[in-house]
Amino acid sequence: MTPAIDVINVSKVYRRYARKRQFATLKSAILDGSLLADLKPDETFQALRNVSFSVPKGCTYGVIGSNGSGKSTLLKCVAGITRPTEGDVKVDGRISALIELGAGFHPEISGRENIFINGIMLGLTKKEIQHRFDEIVEFAEMQDFIDAPVKTYSSGMYMRLGFAVAVHVDPEVLLVDEVLAVGDQSFTHKCLDKFAEFRRRNKSILLVTHSLDLVEKFCDVAHWLNKGVTKGEGDPKRVVAAYVMDVEDVEENTLAKAEAVRVAASAKEISTANAPDDTGANVGANFGSPGVETGEGPAAEEGPRDGFKSEEGRWGTREVEITNVTISGPNGDAGHVFQSGESIQVRMDVTSKEKITDFVFGLGLFNADNVCVYGTNTNLEEFQPTEIDGSAIVTFTIDKLDLVEGTYRLDLAAHKADGYPYDYHRLLYTFRVKSRIRDVGIYRPDHSWSFEGGIKFSDQR
Amino acid sequence: MVTFRNLAALFRYRGLIQTLVVRDLKARYRGSVLGFFWSFFNPLMLLLIYTFVFTKVMPGIHPPEMEPYALFMFCGILPWTWFASSLLESSNTLIAGGNLIKKVMFPAEVLPIVTVLANMVHFFLGLPILVAFLLYYQRSVGVLEVLWFPVIVLVQLAFTIGLALFVSALTVHFRDLKDLLANFVQFWFFATPIIYPMHLAPADMAWLLNLNPMTHIMRSYQQVLFFDGPLGHQKPLALVGLLSIAVFLVGYFVFDRLRDSFAEEV
Repeated sequence: MTPAIDVINVSKVYRRYARKRQFATLKSAILDGSLLADLKPDETFQALRNVSFSVPKGCTYGVIGSNGSGKSTLLKCVAGITRPTEGDVKVDGRISALIELGAGFHPEISGRENIFINGIMLGLTKKEIQHRFDEIVEFAEMQDFIDAPVKTYSSGMYMRLGFAVAVHVDPEVLLVDEVLAVGDQSFTHKCLDKFAEFRRRNKSILLVTHSLDLVEKFCDVAHWLNKGVTKGEGDPKRVVAAYVMDVEDVEENTLAKAEAVRVAASAKEISTANAPDDTGANVGANFGSPGVETGEGPAAEEGPRDGFKSEEGRWGTREVEITNVTISGPNGDAGHVFQSGESIQVRMDVTSKEKITDFVFGLGLFNADNVCVYGTNTNLEEFQPTEIDGSAIVTFTIDKLDLVEGTYRLDLAAHKADGYPYDYHRLLYTFRVKSRIRDVGIYRPDHSWSFEGGIKFSDQR
Repeated sequence: MVTFRNLAALFRYRGLIQTLVVRDLKARYRGSVLGFFWSFFNPLMLLLIYTFVFTKVMPGIHPPEMEPYALFMFCGILPWTWFASSLLESSNTLIAGGNLIKKVMFPAEVLPIVTVLANMVHFFLGLPILVAFLLYYQRSVGVLEVLWFPVIVLVQLAFTIGLALFVSALTVHFRDLKDLLANFVQFWFFATPIIYPMHLAPADMAWLLNLNPMTHIMRSYQQVLFFDGPLGHQKPLALVGLLSIAVFLVGYFVFDRLRDSFAEEV
């Protein structure tokens, strides 16, 4: 049996022009005598490189990948909107592409007329549309507005009508580009039902999406593109897992890079003892004293760092210096992306030039909204400092990182018990917490559900 | 050749073209009070203005055998309007239809063709006004001459579509072609015997005017509709007819060559 879609070694090269295209005009082209030069590309951009796959009939095929990975270009090549630079695309049967819904609707004329025009554009005959008209209107839930001009429609109505026409073209091959977000919950369900119906009728679907859940639940095969190159193909669960791992790696790298830059920049700052002063400086201590919340005391106004509340930075006398900070997960590897529920360790390498007897180590944990999730220090937890001399290691361990998914930042500090800062690292360290559960809030208490009586759940996903 | 296979496919799109022309016409006057009446009203006003100018404001500017002068001009201006607005609108049609080209598998050549055809319908809607005035002034238009009329229209149609394809494809790459074109069309208008009869043009300029294909198309209209006697302009018209077919093929060829770039450049 011939496959529904056969993509053979497809490459797509986009041309880029050195000059902004909008300003390259015929006038300038003639004046500069560069008419021919302007039509030649200066640079090329390879959106797809030797991508091959085939979609058998009745298969739902998901393409995933981060932004700019070439997913949409691939879809356009399959739809025949652009031609691949190299390679070949073969499609068996009528295609309907849900790339832009309602493309070609004319705003001035009624929904009814637009259905006909859109249908004809998608390759139906008038009779076929007549035949399906009621079905389309009903599917789009537009019975009351079908004779109003399309310009009066809300964007949701517009999309629904576009979707309804496109799926009622009755294609052999349906191309879907991230369009399931077109309506409310019930409409989304309807769309999914329609897709399921397509599957039952042995039609093929090529789905481009960022919704990994959808790919896992819905697709028979997943295809992962990265920068135009196939990185994996096969069982959706496996491919999605590999993709997620890769995304974490990339995030890890960007976070690490950004952090390195921040730490380097802050290390250069001149350390003066009077710089940002006491109030904000002693993370832990502040949380003990009511009314002085994260630098809302006088310091915020009079200190040299007015907006210091959210600004990262570093200050202090460096009599005790935090020379290096690593955050590591349960396996001991330093990283920036952790799973919720794992244990993490924050390790500070510290040195002091001479013997110091008054010192406190503190830590503050902030979420992306700059809400303090937790703050503590050795003083609050009643460690009595005796002395520090030379190099030492301070490790703060969280046994179970019960945080919801998101990005978190850390304050780390060494200071005197009265707040006098030795070395204060403000929001310099960032890490991400990943979670399979999409719960919300700032803290995930250890919890469980239990049910008794006449209540039933089917198995968890 | 691929180009000719695509050209043949054009025939398959006739349903689509027809639908889009109707949509264009419907949409144009949707929401205006007079609706389709505008298609009659615009040329009527034009004719009345010219009549007023040439009988009241500047009588005697033209030789007596050219009476009524406004009617003479109208014979040319009506088809010229079709030609000029087709070109000007088609320069924008691919960009305006960008959504279709980028997001749907859509035969792009349909768009300029629809523009030309929609303007042709407007031209046809203006014809009753012309006929009414021909009857009013009791001009005699022979049966043979009336049969020539559709021939001229066909020649102009092929010529206009060819140019429209060419212009629309190039405008995608050179956006200022639109502005350039407006000036060029204006110049072309005066380089064509529309508001002056050919025999009043300076003799040493005649060869230049004769090189202009629109001269012969316009003169043919004038021969059929305004001047008495048998047609007498068949030969140049036949030549222009051949030229129009060539223009159409070249226009289509250029369009076809640039087709792949539309989705990326629009």
